[in-house]
Amino acid sequence: MSVTIRRQRLTPLWLLLPALAVLVPMFAYPLYQLGLLSLFEYGQPQVSGGEPARFVGAGNFRALFDDPTFWTVLGQTVVFATGCVVVTLAVGAALAVLLTRIGRVARAALSFAALTAWAAPAMTGSVVWSFLFDSNLGLVNEVLGLDGYNWFYDRSVAFALVGAVVVWHSFPFVMITLYAGIQAVPASVLEAAALDGAGAFTAFRRVTAPILRPLIIIVVIQSIIWDFKVFTQIYVMTGGGGIAGQNLVLNVYAYQKAFASSQYGLGSAIGIVMTVILLVVTLFYLRALRRTGEVL
Amino acid sequence: MIRRRVADAVAIAVAAVTVFPIYWMVLSALKPTGEIRSADPRPWTLHPTLEHFGSALGVSGFGRYFLNSAVVALTVVALSALISFLAAVALTRYRFRTRTTILVMFLVAQMVPVEALSIPLFFQIRDLGRTVPGVGLNTLGSLILVQLAFSLPFAIWMLRGFVAAVPQEIEEAATLDGAGRFTILWRILFPLVAPGLAATGVFSFITAWNDFLFAKTFIISATENQTLPAALLVFFKPDENDWGGIMAASTLMTIPVLVFFILVRRRLVSGLGGAVKD
Repeated sequence: MSVTIRRQRLTPLWLLLPALAVLVPMFAYPLYQLGLLSLFEYGQPQVSGGEPARFVGAGNFRALFDDPTFWTVLGQTVVFATGCVVVTLAVGAALAVLLTRIGRVARAALSFAALTAWAAPAMTGSVVWSFLFDSNLGLVNEVLGLDGYNWFYDRSVAFALVGAVVVWHSFPFVMITLYAGIQAVPASVLEAAALDGAGAFTAFRRVTAPILRPLIIIVVIQSIIWDFKVFTQIYVMTGGGGIAGQNLVLNVYAYQKAFASSQYGLGSAIGIVMTVILLVVTLFYLRALRRTGEVL
Repeated sequence: MIRRRVADAVAIAVAAVTVFPIYWMVLSALKPTGEIRSADPRPWTLHPTLEHFGSALGVSGFGRYFLNSAVVALTVVALSALISFLAAVALTRYRFRTRTTILVMFLVAQMVPVEALSIPLFFQIRDLGRTVPGVGLNTLGSLILVQLAFSLPFAIWMLRGFVAAVPQEIEEAATLDGAGRFTILWRILFPLVAPGLAATGVFSFITAWNDFLFAKTFIISATENQTLPAALLVFFKPDENDWGGIMAASTLMTIPVLVFFILVRRRLVSGLGGAVKD
């Protein structure tokens, strides 16, 4: 009897072992290393082994927080990510509702179009949009008669364009998820609401929206996380962060600090700042999940 | 009725705008170079040509990069399916003390900005390559390992719902019939969870196939081991971009993902629902 119980107890461990064997060395340990690196002066001399890594404590963070560029990039990241999230959710939610109100052909067309945008790799989207908005050969300048206009010259215009690509990539996820959620609302509930005299708007606000709430929370948090970590679109479309780094976001900034200027310690400190911000978002996510009754 | 017509028209217009960049990509890939360079670009072409595909695949060695991407993505999908299945079973079929902790850790792992991990991973992969050949810098193995790790938390989290949906009575009946643990796992549970594996597979495939940052960070000098996203940058030149080649290469890069998406479209949506609702 005791043998069976012990085997029972060990079985989940065996089943989890392969996952842990990959995740601990490739995920957990690097995360710990990231924290460690952020406390050291680690540059080219240390990489080549010429000098030992020097412990600087909070030095990297102090240097970072004293640097006005960091605050500019942080502000930009927050504004850019927030803008992307808001537009993605607005477009996605509006189209999800639209999907429920249209004929079969239009629905198929919109679903297919969304699918292509969703499936397109970030790299593909970035290069195609760059081509469309190219200053010399781009279709957009041709149609608008803006010959030679450079869309990446102005900081806000460049950010808006990259944001458009991000939204184009991510609204399908929101649209399809929310549409699936709306479909799952039982018709009988809506009929009952209509019998009680509720109009379409009231029915949506009082019946559909509350049922969709958990789904909406997840979609919001997921969008925040994705848009906060945008790398490829910015890096490719603005050529590594825009003219004189005007279009940097934290992710690209950390990469440039580490790999372009060999300040690995400083880059890691930026990575830690990002991790902390996203973990705070995660905490809200967990709380939201718990409130909706998700059992872990 | 009129409102319905308006809604239909709006939806079709949005669809047209959404699909247009993809249409323009494929069209430009098929246009002869002269037309791409021409001052008034037309939304159609009368002389479709495969010259850009030819130059992308032949001259620029895109066949090789395509193969590299496929090897990385498919290996990640296979390994991730196998490993996440076992983990999902452990987390749904057994109660043990650290279960909730592990679940929360997988959830938190999904939120970690893995891009930031490129810095410590760069050194780790470099050092690992010195002792274990095949997984160091400039190898496809390094990309496989990293992408596998990044795809696992989400895959496990998502698959949990599918495993939980399989009635436990089936396993109990099989046990009564004398089936061993191994048989139950592989002959009964695994096929039943296959639809969920398809859904998680798409996500792992896309993560691995689309990765640009890690490919750029790890594959420094061995250009023959480059994957598609990073290799695409080869076409960008300081003076003039070869847009025809870039569009042909982008088209080649998009097709597999699109095919994947279309194949598992329904599964994908129910998979999202499964991850959401458990």
